[in-house]
Amino acid sequence: MKKIEEILKERILILDGAMGTMIQRHKLEEEDFRKGWFENHEHPLKGNNDLLSLTRPEIIEDIHRQYFEAGADIAETNTFSGTWIAQADYGLEKFVYDINFHSAQLAKKVADEFTAKNPNKPRFVAGSIGPTNRTASISPDVNDPGFRGITFDELVGAYKEQVNALIDGGVDILLVETVFDTLNAKAALFAIDEVYEERKIELPIMVSGTITDQSGRTLTGQTTEAFLISISHMPLLSVGLNCALGASMMRPYLQILNQTCPFSVSAHPNAGLPNEFGKYDETPEIMAKQIKEFLDEHLVNIIGGCCGTTPEHIRAIADLAATYQPRKINYTIENDVE
Amino acid sequence: MSNKTAATLKLSGLEPLIVTSESNFVNVGERTNVTGSRAFLRMIKEEDYEAALAVARDQVEGGAQIIDINMDEGMIDGKEAMVKFLNLIASEPDISRVPVMIDSSKWEIIEAGLKCVQGKGVVNSISLKEGEEQFIEKAKLIKRYGAAVIVMAFDEEGQADSYERRIEICKRSYDILVDKVKFNRNDIIFDPNIFPVATGMEEHNNNALDFFKATGWIRKNLPGAHVSGGVSNVSFSFRGNDKVREAMHSAFLYHAIKEGMDMGIVNPTMLEVYSDIDKELLEYVEDVLLNRREDATERLLEYAVTVKGDGKKKEVDLTWRNVSVQERLAHALVKGIVEFIDEDTEECRKLYTRPIEVIEGPLMDGMNIVGDLFGSGKMFLPQVVKSARVMKKAVAYLLPFIEAEKDGVQSFSGKVLMATVKGDVHDIGKNIVGVVLACNNYEVIDMGVMVPAEKIIQRAIEEKVDVIGLSGLITPSLDEMVTMAKEMDRANLSIPLMIGGATTSKVHTAVKIEQSYTKGQAVHVLDASRAVTVVESLLGPKKDVFVSDLKTEYARLRDHHAKSRAAKQLLSLAEARKNHFKIDWKQEDIITPIQLGSKIYTHFPLEELVPYIDWSPFFQTWELHGRYPNILTDEVVGTEATKLFADAQKMLQTMIAEKWVSANAVVGVFPANSIGDDIEIYTDETRSEVALIQHSLRQQTKKVEGQPNIALADFIAPKESGIKDYVGAFVVTTGTGLDEYVARFEADHDDYNSILVKALADRLAEAFAECMHAKVRKEIWGYSKDENLSNDDLIQESYRGIRPAPGYPACPDHTEKIGLFELLDATAITGVSLTDSLAMLPASSVSGWYFGHPEAKYFGLGKITEEQVEDIANRKKIEGQRMERWLSSVMV
Repeated sequence: MKKIEEILKERILILDGAMGTMIQRHKLEEEDFRKGWFENHEHPLKGNNDLLSLTRPEIIEDIHRQYFEAGADIAETNTFSGTWIAQADYGLEKFVYDINFHSAQLAKKVADEFTAKNPNKPRFVAGSIGPTNRTASISPDVNDPGFRGITFDELVGAYKEQVNALIDGGVDILLVETVFDTLNAKAALFAIDEVYEERKIELPIMVSGTITDQSGRTLTGQTTEAFLISISHMPLLSVGLNCALGASMMRPYLQILNQTCPFSVSAHPNAGLPNEFGKYDETPEIMAKQIKEFLDEHLVNIIGGCCGTTPEHIRAIADLAATYQPRKINYTIENDVE
Repeated sequence: MSNKTAATLKLSGLEPLIVTSESNFVNVGERTNVTGSRAFLRMIKEEDYEAALAVARDQVEGGAQIIDINMDEGMIDGKEAMVKFLNLIASEPDISRVPVMIDSSKWEIIEAGLKCVQGKGVVNSISLKEGEEQFIEKAKLIKRYGAAVIVMAFDEEGQADSYERRIEICKRSYDILVDKVKFNRNDIIFDPNIFPVATGMEEHNNNALDFFKATGWIRKNLPGAHVSGGVSNVSFSFRGNDKVREAMHSAFLYHAIKEGMDMGIVNPTMLEVYSDIDKELLEYVEDVLLNRREDATERLLEYAVTVKGDGKKKEVDLTWRNVSVQERLAHALVKGIVEFIDEDTEECRKLYTRPIEVIEGPLMDGMNIVGDLFGSGKMFLPQVVKSARVMKKAVAYLLPFIEAEKDGVQSFSGKVLMATVKGDVHDIGKNIVGVVLACNNYEVIDMGVMVPAEKIIQRAIEEKVDVIGLSGLITPSLDEMVTMAKEMDRANLSIPLMIGGATTSKVHTAVKIEQSYTKGQAVHVLDASRAVTVVESLLGPKKDVFVSDLKTEYARLRDHHAKSRAAKQLLSLAEARKNHFKIDWKQEDIITPIQLGSKIYTHFPLEELVPYIDWSPFFQTWELHGRYPNILTDEVVGTEATKLFADAQKMLQTMIAEKWVSANAVVGVFPANSIGDDIEIYTDETRSEVALIQHSLRQQTKKVEGQPNIALADFIAPKESGIKDYVGAFVVTTGTGLDEYVARFEADHDDYNSILVKALADRLAEAFAECMHAKVRKEIWGYSKDENLSNDDLIQESYRGIRPAPGYPACPDHTEKIGLFELLDATAITGVSLTDSLAMLPASSVSGWYFGHPEAKYFGLGKITEEQVEDIANRKKIEGQRMERWLSSVMV
């Protein structure tokens, strides 16, 4: 199989779209989240989508399949909340390994199916590593701004557990995504680096941050470039942006990455902003039209969708991206001295 | 300058700091250092972190681009102090915007510090002092934590005190870092030891000179590496004589920077501008630094006695202190400055009769400014939280006065219960709201995430809370909030219910939540910064006004929503079809066309189109609202409209005279009959061969008695009636050739004319469609041979028949254009093509159908159901999902 680094030089790679939006289509109930695994669990589990890889694997498999059919090169595992930190709210800390291992296997199985069918378009699986629901840089208590709800060491421990399970499950890439607190992301990278050293392997790493609003900063206040600098100590496959913004609002920040990023640049925007009923209603056409602007400017190497996007969006994006050249990486790794 | 190789050091706090060979010297603030500042040590010892933060802020405001933080003191727990201080800095955006330098001789303090910074900072420092193995281990970890590193010129033998030892140790350290640790060479910063000069000891005479030389050597021979140092060390012998010290620092930096030193720990208030140094003093200082004379030290000492001075006075911008106390409070809140808050609050308290009025008046005004700035993206969260802290301080100051007034009754302004609803685990927003409320003197009970309704209600009753705040981020939480409102109602509660979180909205609250909670009031809170105002209003004396305003607003929103929702009361397709538009079909109502088939017009005379122009939309393009010609005399926009119209006329004349565009059209009338919602169009009057089936969409909105559910097919006689009917089709353009002129204007950066010419071409295209329609009615089809209408009548569409266009309200289905274009062979004839999303190119084109029956009329399709989309997809043999994509805007 051709290495992803080489393919990235040739064409724009397509990342899949939203998992949550697709799961919502199934109108699942509490029992779907329990089936076969957590029948007698004491906490309500509905909404804990990562569990579906265990309890309703056929649904997750089908979603991966739909995205691959739509033209995605990379599928994200259903593991956005696959850390003990995020699972603690459900009392499922002990199932983190299962969630990640089985999610990775599921995605890999479908990816292999598609690669076998068309070896010229190899499909990859990226282990999705979410931000957790705690932040290492902000105090949950204003009366004590020095307090932290989670420590760096706890995050590293949680991420190591997730990363090991994802690798055991067969992922090709690790994707640290929806970074709203760069310190959380740095803990994830720290964990990955340790795991790589222990296991003597190195998978490509993608990092994707989240610019929360028009202030152009992450939730914890960093500018796009400051965010990039803060995570560039690792040899990354790509740095990009996802979530929070629709495609057109994301563009100015992608321009910054385009100019300053020594790695590939990725973008997986939402299908616009949620409307007043929480639905993302940007159609594939509208989204593709906005993404066309990125492509016209050659801002990205990897493109996909976040909240509200569907296989139809990914198809529209993939069809469009196929007609464009990828962004050229103009900056060599910083270590090189001119 | 020659000694600098191109090497970029990139650091970050909230903002980037990029050090290149072109950058100026990077100034590292030194005062947040317990070993260097007795005042700072005292603050840390006494845990006066507010004062300690003020020191940090002062440095950043004074120009420090990095701040060095050192907590190495025997009497304090250095690790704890480092973590605490760094965590506090993280919530001070005007400090944490710069990178931090974590300074300690203890590795455990450094490592603890590295775990607290989200940006890329600098470790100060490591060295080969304890051997290579430890050096490598630390360097590897620093790399993993993502920081740059300062390496001291120190090894197993001791600190480098000569030029040779400096370069030997630096070279060895560099090689290990680059080759063994694979450290980014641009992230290596050497500190080749700045030692005091003029100490009176001969062996110190070369201290500065050796540093300069070593710096030059490092920058030349160790590519990428940077050089830093603690500058104040050099003037150690002259403590107490700031004038001499300032001159020494400046001169030292002048020479060190020339050799390539690119950052350093300097107190910016202890620096003189090099060129401003007294020439005599400068000579003595440089003699010492460069070891130019044997008696250099004596001469400087002698001179020093004569120039005792205070040195440079520091300047802080305090102009904001000169305004009224209310404005000062607002400034302090917006900027998050606590320094003067007590005195300002006190001053304000004296102005008002009751202390609570200070909170309700100037303080809340300030918070509202913060809220607005935050809402418009001009402030971001950490700043808002900081503002809230200033607020809290002011409130805390006022509290004793308020209590005295109340004779010591309870001190909280109210009790708020917060929870993220069942099924949702997102709580950052909720936590921020909690924080902001807490600093505004509310007692906050936070129940955490995934809290079921019954638990919230139980707790609310037990604790007798004043307000309940619900938060949720994912879509299903919206429903859970409705459940919560219903449960509260069932429990006979009347506690105000606040709704917040990313997916919530005012409309949703008004439509779904407020009405489920009849006994109390539900209110949507847009963001954290508004929470205080809302709670204040809900609990304050003006609650009734607030609630009644809210009810009015929500009722209006509901009403508006209901209207836009009316469309959602849809009929089944079968029901809608049954209620189709009924025409009493008679052959005599249908005029047999004079000419069947299509007719081509190329290079149609543009001047003939001018009378057909409808000017009102032209003004709308320019966001001038009003109808032509009244708009020209409009009170508000009349002057602008008149100017614009004059320019337009001028350009239009040129366009016509110079034939900037060519007008091409194809129109045709064909035999047709309807079958259900489809229209069969035949190649000729034998009606034996179907040229095209046009598929129309039917209104599904539930109508009042007697109103039909229309589809375009209703205007064509059904096949089974045996009546011979006809339909027309057209594609016109006036856009051909336009690009060249647009490009010419754009090349000239003349946006005005570029927009003008495009707007005029659009008007011409519409006029062309109007003109062709008249031709069809009068000459080609000929059903209104004697029609004689003014342009106004045309604009009012007073003629018989309609020309609906695909993509417009009667026919929102753009895919209809494909068949239309094929039927007329329009692309070949007119040059108009369809893009992937079925837009027409050039843009100044119009296409559509002609319906000639006297009863045919325009209508809007409105919303339709998935059932109809599936149905039309089957009829058109288009994949259902693709059809959904095309029709998503009209689907419910």
